[in-house]
Amino acid sequence: MWLWQRLSGAFLALCVAVHLATVIYAVRGGLSAAEIVGRVSGNVLWLVFYSLFVLAVALHAPIGIRTILNEVTDLSPKATHAVMAVVSLAILVMGFRAVIALFTAGGA
Amino acid sequence: MPRAINDAMNTPASTTLKVSVWRGAQEGRFQTFEVPRQPSQTVLDVVTYIQRNIDPTLSYRFACRVGMCGSCGMTVNGRPRWTCRTHVDKVADGGAIEIAPLRNLPVVKDLACDMTEFFDKMNRAEGKFHPTRTRHDDFAFVLPEDAKRKQAAIGIECIGCAVCYAACDIVEWNKDYLGPAALNRAWTLVNDVRDGGDKDRLRAVAGDAGCHACHSQQGCVEHCPKHLNPTRSIAGLKRATALAALKGDL
Repeated sequence: MWLWQRLSGAFLALCVAVHLATVIYAVRGGLSAAEIVGRVSGNVLWLVFYSLFVLAVALHAPIGIRTILNEVTDLSPKATHAVMAVVSLAILVMGFRAVIALFTAGGA
Repeated sequence: MPRAINDAMNTPASTTLKVSVWRGAQEGRFQTFEVPRQPSQTVLDVVTYIQRNIDPTLSYRFACRVGMCGSCGMTVNGRPRWTCRTHVDKVADGGAIEIAPLRNLPVVKDLACDMTEFFDKMNRAEGKFHPTRTRHDDFAFVLPEDAKRKQAAIGIECIGCAVCYAACDIVEWNKDYLGPAALNRAWTLVNDVRDGGDKDRLRAVAGDAGCHACHSQQGCVEHCPKHLNPTRSIAGLKRATALAALKGDL
């Protein structure tokens, strides 16, 4: 599990860098919802990028939460795994909802 | 320096020191003693004074008194330290000090801890040498400037005093965590080209109780009396275990 966390962590470092660089680049001269939609909607490259981003977060965050729970609570492994599953599922649902909404926005 | 000047420089302002000392085992209380101040007095001198002149039932552990053996570690005013190398002048807070046993280890009595789990974890981390040669082979030829030799040299000076172990919050939260000293020892051996135990060692230090449990808080680095950097050694193990896992060697 630690290997998955390291790999997803390394991938996330790359994703966050690309994401922030894009935000800084895109925000020059103001930013509007229409502009964001115009950039990402219908663009398969952004769809793939943000899909992988969401998958990496859904993998990375619950493993970190597992470590914290093991250190500061007396939760059983079963309960810890349940919390991990809920967190992972919530990230997947919210993440993909946003990714798909932006991809299909603007009638693309 | 002439002795008169030396003594004058080291003469403490107050003539007595108020010392709170942990008495009992895991459960216990602090007992207060008045100890006369001396020039260049160490915390170990203070504890020894109490045992020899006030209360002979006080238990504590020491051997060399010069920072070589690593047996006199205690918590002084909340920080883990070698008491033999800690001058009262440097830690006395308003003419008072509090001395307790090392954290994260079971207390045997008063200031003496049970070090068993600390040394067991050295073994569990495969912190022992696995020779690859016999007495019939020639000496290993290791250049001082070799990259692995340099890595080994950085961590080799650990004397196993458990000050880092007492300083580590992860040890407190995760009782199975091998701790900074054991992992530092493992990293030293990973870099020993004469050693053949890496496969078992990397397997031993990977996982929930091993190097990946470290959050790099660096309490060990802050408190190591030898100024070693166990966090850097643990980072080395994190890289080595990840590479071994990706290669399918774990």
